[in-house]
Amino acid sequence: MAKRQYFQILATFLYNPYLGNFLTGRVGRVPGKMACVPGLNCYSCPGAAGACPVGAFQSFLSGVFPRFPFYVLGSLMLFGLLFGRLICGWACPFGFLQEILHHLPGPKLKKNRFTATLARLKYVWSMLFVVLLPLAFWATTGIGIPAFCKFLCPAGTLEGAAPLLLVNASLRGAAGTLTVWKFAVAGFFLLLMIVVWRPFCRWLCPLGALYGLFNRYAALGVQVDAEKCVRCGACARICRMDTALAGDPECISCGDCLKACPTEAVSFRGPSFHPRTEKER
Amino acid sequence: MSREKGIRLVLWSVALTFLAVGLWHGDPRQVFAKAVRVCMECIGIG
Repeated sequence: MAKRQYFQILATFLYNPYLGNFLTGRVGRVPGKMACVPGLNCYSCPGAAGACPVGAFQSFLSGVFPRFPFYVLGSLMLFGLLFGRLICGWACPFGFLQEILHHLPGPKLKKNRFTATLARLKYVWSMLFVVLLPLAFWATTGIGIPAFCKFLCPAGTLEGAAPLLLVNASLRGAAGTLTVWKFAVAGFFLLLMIVVWRPFCRWLCPLGALYGLFNRYAALGVQVDAEKCVRCGACARICRMDTALAGDPECISCGDCLKACPTEAVSFRGPSFHPRTEKER
Repeated sequence: MSREKGIRLVLWSVALTFLAVGLWHGDPRQVFAKAVRVCMECIGIG
């Protein structure tokens, strides 16, 4: 097992340490939920120790009086500036689930122009479902809704709905068409995960979209030494994300490309251990 | 100062300012209130 997978297992447990709540069907009431976790993890997961940043962001744009989500956006920017999409590759439970399911036997779709287009479209879906639709509902009905959580998020269905509905009869009684829709979306993504490497992460995740914008400025993550890079594309060829070059906005800093680079231009950077060259600055 | 360093400095300043304003507004309480209840939208009921 690779070092990165130990981190993913540890992160999944640290995000969800309250395992006993899965038996009681309760959502934890712990102080940690005043803070957002960096990765995608539903706060309605019985074991959750922190708040989902996507859900928390939308909660400020929802309801009767939407407010600018200063605290959540500030937290997300801080995560982005420290780690960029390293979070996706090393500390996201939902990303980890996608990787596990991709190991199951089945046809495998490699990245191509179509998948690269879908990767770019995640910025559109993120903006639409996380920002515009909640505000549009508020403008038209007077009550904003967390549209991404409500209509799309498979993490909420798998981590929240599935365990809660399993043990809570009253919630099961309230299930309806929307529940069926959410499980259909989650089921679709579960099957897609077998065929495609991290499909939700690459094509739909709002956190991946936001953190990707910070990759260039993050304190930690994969970097390319511009003086050594010969633009051979070896890093992009070995990468299963829709990257064109190591360290670009699609890069999750998994490190798979480090050994593939013939000129050793790709490395992990830290603020003090791997200072960047003058040319890169 | 290089352009990249300048952008990084601006982003850090904005992030910390947003955090400070959010804390001053009491945003963590709102995050907590949402996170400790079952999110009906998340589980496909609300």
